Amino acid sequence: MAGKVKSLVLTGYGINSEVETAYANTLAGADAKIVHINDVIDGLVKVDDYHLLNFPGGFSYGDDLGSGKAFANKVLYAKTPTGPMIDHIQKFIDDGKLIIGICNGFQILVKMGLLPAFDKNYTGQTATVFYNDKGFRDQWVRLKVNTESQCVFTRGISRIDMPVRHGEGKFIPGSQEVLARLWKNGHVALQYADSAYQPTQQFPDNPNGSVDAIAGICDETGRVFGLMPHPEAFNHITNHPQYTRLREQASRKGIALKEEGDGIKVWRNAVEYIEANLL
Amino acid sequence: MPFRIEIALGPGYRDAAGESVKNAIKSNLDIAVDDIRTIKVFTINANLTDAEKEAVASGPFSDAVAQRYSVDRPLASDFDWLVEVGYLPGVTDNEGKTGREAIEDRLGRKLGADESVHTSTQYLINGNLTRAQVETICRQLLGNELIERFDVIDGRSWDAQKGIPARVPLVKDTHQPRVAEIDLDVSDDELIAISRKGTLALTLEEMKAIRDYFKQPEVLAERRNLGLGPRPTDVELETLAQTWSEHCKHKIFNATIDYVENGKHTEIKSLFKSCIRKSTEEISKEKGWLVSVFKDNAGIIKFTDDYNVAFKVETHNSPSALDPYGGAITGIVGCDRDSAGTGKGAKLIAHTDVLCFASPYYKGRLPPRIFHPRRIMEGVVRGIKDGGNKCGVPTINGAILFDDRYGGKPLVYCGSLGLMPATINGEPSEDKYVKPGTFIVMAGGRIGKDGIHGATFSSEELHEGSPATAVQIGDPITQKKMLDMLLEARDQGLYTCITDNGAGGLSSSVGETAQFSGGCEIYLEKAPLKYHGLDPWEILLSEAQERMTLAVPPEKLDAFMSLAKRRGVEATVVGKYTDTGKFHVFYDGRTVASIDMDFLHDGLPEMRLQAEWKPVQRTEPELPTEGLTMYLQDLMSDLNIASKEWVIRQYDHEVQGGSVIKPLTGKDNDGPGDAGVIRPLLDRMAGIAVSNGINPYYGDIDTYHMTACAIDEAIRNIIAVGGSLRQIALLDNFCWCDPIYDPEKTPDGKYKLAQLVRANQALYDYTTAFGTPCISGKDSMKNDYKLKGEDGKEYKISIPPTVLFSAVGVVPDVRKCVTMDAKMAGDLVYAVGMTKDELGGSRFYNLLGHTGNNVPKVDAAMAKKIYDAMSGAIDAGLVASCHDCSDGGLAVALAETAFSGGFGMEIDLNRVPAERLFRDAQVLFSESASRFVVTVAPDKAKAFEQAMEGVPCALIGSVREDDRFLVNGLNGTRVIDTVIGALKESWQYPLRW
Repeated sequence: MAGKVKSLVLTGYGINSEVETAYANTLAGADAKIVHINDVIDGLVKVDDYHLLNFPGGFSYGDDLGSGKAFANKVLYAKTPTGPMIDHIQKFIDDGKLIIGICNGFQILVKMGLLPAFDKNYTGQTATVFYNDKGFRDQWVRLKVNTESQCVFTRGISRIDMPVRHGEGKFIPGSQEVLARLWKNGHVALQYADSAYQPTQQFPDNPNGSVDAIAGICDETGRVFGLMPHPEAFNHITNHPQYTRLREQASRKGIALKEEGDGIKVWRNAVEYIEANLL
Repeated sequence: MPFRIEIALGPGYRDAAGESVKNAIKSNLDIAVDDIRTIKVFTINANLTDAEKEAVASGPFSDAVAQRYSVDRPLASDFDWLVEVGYLPGVTDNEGKTGREAIEDRLGRKLGADESVHTSTQYLINGNLTRAQVETICRQLLGNELIERFDVIDGRSWDAQKGIPARVPLVKDTHQPRVAEIDLDVSDDELIAISRKGTLALTLEEMKAIRDYFKQPEVLAERRNLGLGPRPTDVELETLAQTWSEHCKHKIFNATIDYVENGKHTEIKSLFKSCIRKSTEEISKEKGWLVSVFKDNAGIIKFTDDYNVAFKVETHNSPSALDPYGGAITGIVGCDRDSAGTGKGAKLIAHTDVLCFASPYYKGRLPPRIFHPRRIMEGVVRGIKDGGNKCGVPTINGAILFDDRYGGKPLVYCGSLGLMPATINGEPSEDKYVKPGTFIVMAGGRIGKDGIHGATFSSEELHEGSPATAVQIGDPITQKKMLDMLLEARDQGLYTCITDNGAGGLSSSVGETAQFSGGCEIYLEKAPLKYHGLDPWEILLSEAQERMTLAVPPEKLDAFMSLAKRRGVEATVVGKYTDTGKFHVFYDGRTVASIDMDFLHDGLPEMRLQAEWKPVQRTEPELPTEGLTMYLQDLMSDLNIASKEWVIRQYDHEVQGGSVIKPLTGKDNDGPGDAGVIRPLLDRMAGIAVSNGINPYYGDIDTYHMTACAIDEAIRNIIAVGGSLRQIALLDNFCWCDPIYDPEKTPDGKYKLAQLVRANQALYDYTTAFGTPCISGKDSMKNDYKLKGEDGKEYKISIPPTVLFSAVGVVPDVRKCVTMDAKMAGDLVYAVGMTKDELGGSRFYNLLGHTGNNVPKVDAAMAKKIYDAMSGAIDAGLVASCHDCSDGGLAVALAETAFSGGFGMEIDLNRVPAERLFRDAQVLFSESASRFVVTVAPDKAKAFEQAMEGVPCALIGSVREDDRFLVNGLNGTRVIDTVIGALKESWQYPLRW
């Protein structure tokens, strides 16, 4: 474990979940560093030096112009001293490295064209993440994992709970063909689910009206992943809204609860993958 | 040439914004429309080539999948009415600002200083409406005439070729900045007139003190040397008025009061010093965890060995009445700057908001220019939502109260907590200092006419071309960027002092911090402006948002400015701190103000006020003996008790990853949590609990007991989740109606001031009894809404005296926290605390149309025992659920515990620890203080009862397997028989919007 997995957590311009995202990386065994986007653009920090790139949640530019749009625009057209930033990101993907975008980060990845990126074409938007049918909402959701997906981050998970907190999380593919392809090629990684962990269009289990209850998708490689819910906000069992009930049930059976939150599994998968393939 | 980009939804996409406006028109105005679609408009005042226009419109400004766009071609068609709502000149346009940055990013070049982007929204309305109806919709719902303009066009006269011209709402002020001198050597009447006309809010005594200061020979001599005349400049007079304002100097709280009660006279020298500060000073001798109280922007307490917590709550009432959204967002981001600007700076970790409105279902007439309570509520909630969510600060706790006396002025209490390392670069983080020669740096937003003279909007007509000074709109992202950057600067030791620019702007922030060094020089021409044409005094006093004032040592200036630039934050040197003893202001090299620091801060004459207490006797209602199930259902639907889930879900309460006890809890995550708990340091288990106590209805009987109950409630909520009296700090927040006696304006002023005195006496008595010090606080003393209606009549709506106590408690291990929901069938239900005949001011009496007299009284000695016992029981893991018993009494607390847990309950009223009660309704609905409803696992019952020894505590029933909620009355017959689904539905439907 000496050759540490290095994880870059971007921040700036209203990103606001960088601390817990970095913490989740650390719990999973990565060496995480929070870096302002401008320090990457200025060339003070090089994306190349890392294995995992995190676009955390937040309100970049206050969701002005549509969530993630202005930040995506900034990354797409930024020039670092060693060439356009987007070229560095393309190389990062080509090198077999991993990218995760959460909430606002997911919106940014979709609007940059990094997801779903059919045929590994990481330019051009084919889907969008748009206004919820019923406005901003903070709640916990149940997620069903598509075990057929190649997504590296969700390996070995079949169901998981996390909070959502967004006003623009309705995932909409650009066309029926896009939707069909998302399913056919294993892009769909997560779906909002009901109490039986079956995908649902019912509000509030599906909090935003996403098409086919899609909550998260990956690219063809399974290494670029984005999702609306926040795995980093389930870093400890006390985060879970049912924590006191779970604790009470467990204590009456005389068992102790596992302390680590399920959300950390997402980064454990990433770290495992990097250790096996990139170190 | 300015041009327009219009953005519409692509075919087949659902217009959620349009739908929600359509619904609001129906629910708020009872006007039916068939359909509303929206179009977003960007007016771009910049020179772009056609290719660049296309690149911008198709790139950052529109979504490639869901939207379509046009450049200089209207997209509107097929409508009966078109309404376009855009900002008036000078109003903050956050999205326009982002649009400008996005253009620069997209094109890879900077725009010119005079190039800008402005947003507006088009509503395409279909339906059979008159122009008058459409204009009503504009004024009442779509926009606010104070800050916005409307274009209303009917479908038949629409010229799709011409569309709406690209208009740029920039302030075109050709005014040449000037400095006026004011002659104070005039009669008393004229002095009063000067104060009133200039909206200085200075009394005659204060005006005279200023006049006399400027007559002193040494002052005159010094002024001559500086090139100043004998008369004060407007810069000086405005600075003094600002510094001496009630808002900044808390004159009423520092006044000498003649208090008369039962014919007995007492002289009180400063309520603040004799009640609030005295209590904290006494408590601080015993508590080792007070770090900084009453001297900084927020109070600071110890959290862990190496971290402290700063907490501040303040109100933003008047602005929220005028522009609910802008007022509330400015309130919360403004309070954030207080916590963030405490000591050497804190990282914001939580919000708590308490809001008071008139009923959103109010049907009566509204005085002119007062918005309907529902619009105020929706706007305020949206402002708090954007202020918290966009800054990445979780809103972890709060409350909403309804009373029609808040119809003229809503109360918007915004609270903000910050976390700071105990030491920064080897220095205590709470210490700020300024050495002479240090630069004064202003960081963040620019200065405009925003919020000059805060509340004196109404005297000025707004017109096209004039800036809107009345209302500020907060810009959470500019602030977030700035505060993120300042935390980096703090950790690198790039400044020695930080404070926010709130009320009074630079005059206040620099005036206060200059006390550390003993003087300052400000160069107003260097201050970055939003637009030209501001007079020097306006630059000095502007309350434009998102600005902090820093003291940056000369050797750190380059590093500070470079960091600011790299983080996209504007920072400007606007002066330097000195030790000359003068508040010295220059404009273009010329002195425009020079005031002795001593006079500025200590020259204010003291007020002397009259107070007289006369209790009011009221009638008592006849208590019902039957139909108690129905009364309970009705109480569940009381707006003050009903679920606030619609509001809570709009607030992010999970961001920062440390959420423990959420505002909604229980089996279906929808029960009413007591205090919010977070774990701000993710790798530790220490937590912070936050709660609030407020009950203005008790104040209708006696503000002494209102205050005692509010303190008790705030503490009780912390105890209920697992905190303890070992470490709970309070913040007091007084919102009063004008308590200064005036035979014409305020004939009941003496009574209102007596109410304030009694509230402060209770504050002293109970904070010392509980050992819970106030660490900071705020007062807002003029919550009366006066205006002349179109009918020529004077309207005055006064709020009920309202005191809020916000509590912060330290929880050593969040894994032991408990929630309020019943956990298991078969668990035992306990009532803790004594129930007495205390229905005065209760929700139940309110339901019967009465206030009554028997207001709940807090027995502090007993309450302390109860709280210590409860904390011990929770710490020992004996408690499955614990719920605060407050509004609606035992019955409501039991019902909430039951339905939140998803189980029924069976309760026996005979077993409830009570004092001489013979009526079921008294036991069920009395609001006696210091009580809990607790459920306990059967095998822990014995240990729990042992833990509660010596305090009133009794087993009163059990948690049922099924959903029946049953209560047996004092004579053994069933008095309540219902199911939890029905109770929950009654509780949820009133505010399920």
